[in-house]
Amino acid sequence: MIRFDNTTKRYSEGHEALSSISFDLNEGEMSFLTGHSGAGKSTLLKLIACIERPTRGQVVVNGVNISKLRKSKIPYLRRNIGIIFQNHQLLFDRTVFDNIALPLVIQGLPHREIGRRVRAALDKVNLLGKEKLYPVTLSGGEQQRVGIARAVVHKPPIILADEPTGNLDPELSAEIMHLFEQFNQVGVCILIASHDIDLLNKMNKRIITLQQGKIIYDGHEMAPKSYHNHENIQ
Amino acid sequence: MKTSNKSVNQEAKNSFSIKGYFLRHIQVCLASLGRICRSPVSSLMTIAVIAISLALPAGMHVLIKNIEYVTSGWDGAAQISLFIKKGTTEEKVVNLKNQIELMGQIDKTEYISPTSALEEFKRLSGFGQALDALDKNPLPAVIVISPGIEASSPQQLNQLVESLQDNPIVDHAQLDMQWVKRLYSIMDIINRGVMIVGALLALAVILITGNTIRLDIQNRHDEILITKLIGATNSFIRRPFLYTGILYGLLGGIIASVLIGLSIGLLSDSVSKLSSLYSSGFELKGLGVDGTFTLIAGSTALGFAGSWVAVGKHLGKIEPS
Ligand SMILES: Nc1ncnc2c1ncn2[C@@H]1O[C@H](COP(=O)(O)OP(=O)(O)OP(=O)(O)O)[C@@H](O)[C@H]1O
Ligand SMILES: [Mg+2]
Repeated sequence: MIRFDNTTKRYSEGHEALSSISFDLNEGEMSFLTGHSGAGKSTLLKLIACIERPTRGQVVVNGVNISKLRKSKIPYLRRNIGIIFQNHQLLFDRTVFDNIALPLVIQGLPHREIGRRVRAALDKVNLLGKEKLYPVTLSGGEQQRVGIARAVVHKPPIILADEPTGNLDPELSAEIMHLFEQFNQVGVCILIASHDIDLLNKMNKRIITLQQGKIIYDGHEMAPKSYHNHENIQ
Repeated sequence: MKTSNKSVNQEAKNSFSIKGYFLRHIQVCLASLGRICRSPVSSLMTIAVIAISLALPAGMHVLIKNIEYVTSGWDGAAQISLFIKKGTTEEKVVNLKNQIELMGQIDKTEYISPTSALEEFKRLSGFGQALDALDKNPLPAVIVISPGIEASSPQQLNQLVESLQDNPIVDHAQLDMQWVKRLYSIMDIINRGVMIVGALLALAVILITGNTIRLDIQNRHDEILITKLIGATNSFIRRPFLYTGILYGLLGGIIASVLIGLSIGLLSDSVSKLSSLYSSGFELKGLGVDGTFTLIAGSTALGFAGSWVAVGKHLGKIEPS
């Protein structure tokens, strides 16, 4: 579903955020991306969504090599990906309903279908009564769940999440992870970037660990704690 | 996985149905209208500026059209005034008048005796009493000749004037056509001026809508970023801004026509008073259906052009990173 092939990303400032990364994510696979701050987790997710382009190497999504994807095709790539952002990236002048409906409106679904699907997504994230509220009136965790509902409402085959449990308490984090597991069970390929080692270890999924833009671990074992003091390693 | 792919395909099919396409355009148009209504003060200011910019040249155009209409009957209306030498007996003058009438190429002649000329002057000038104080009538007798259409070319008229000038009792023959010509050339200049001003103001309308849309794009920067991130095409993002520009133009055009209509209404009373003084049935003409339609359509097109420029310049720069 997603393949990185010797992919390097160098930002224009000359700093190499990812160096020669290679890995494969299969259809319906759920995995975690971890590593110290600045390791390149967000950069990797951005490459998948074509927000950034690789400097060298390939990124293949859904069988399409997107390193050379034409600009006009990018929207259609992104419609196959539900992205959950580090900050929630909600529209604060629109209701919860309108926020979640956005991907469907973009794809031009008929009105009635939109209502049906949005309510289904709201039900999934336990926010059914709040569709008419504005995001500012919601708690952090509720806003995060609105973001998740928006990412899944159009049933994308891929979900990317950047620190989806960033500022949430352990209980809420576990709840949201459970939500992701549910999506995974219906065949969605999920990649979650997270710092939260304890949470990762509880989940017992594949873990890819980045350090200074390189993959230093890829497997189902406990996440290595070593990257926390990577400065000492060098 | 299979099922979700299928649903994506179904959505694609839905989004290409023609009915759905129009429905979505109407929705976007209404949403843009709603957005305009939600900030009424700034929107009204933009629309008012557009309306005034357009009402100015369009109103001047209407005025010129009216003047052209009034003067259109004056083309062949050259007149020759023969001022008769002082001391000529009325009998001789009437003789000359009859001679002239027999000349052919003449439509009509009129004899104005010094007394009736003075009467008329008194009545029109309001200097009645002052003129009463004069013991001698200073005005000459005049024969006013209206040449027929056969003799309406400047050459023929000049020949006619020269031959009349040779008559011993004629002091001076004057062809009253110069001012018609002058009027026409002045109007031509004004017409061109209005066109230049109109072109400049049309450009101004494009810049005004462009600038308003640019600010709108800036205000909605985050929204544009987010919608791009979840797969909005450029045309989807562009659409509401283009509709906003179109609506600004449309509303500006409508208000401009209303402004012109009101001005015509205000003027028409005094104009019809004036024209009744000249016993003419002239009435001020407004834009008319065609003119109103052209003004509103043109204004809409200008609004569209302005938003198109702004969208082309500023939307592409907003890319998620
Ligand atoms: N737009 C950018 N321009 C230049 N350098 C960037 C840009 N974005 C990220 N970087 C650099 O690339 C490296 C990787 O950044 P990235 O955001 O991928 O890290 P991360 O693993 O997501 O960190 P965090 O856990 O703090 O979110 C960092 O050193 C960062 O400074
Ligand atoms: Mg990050």
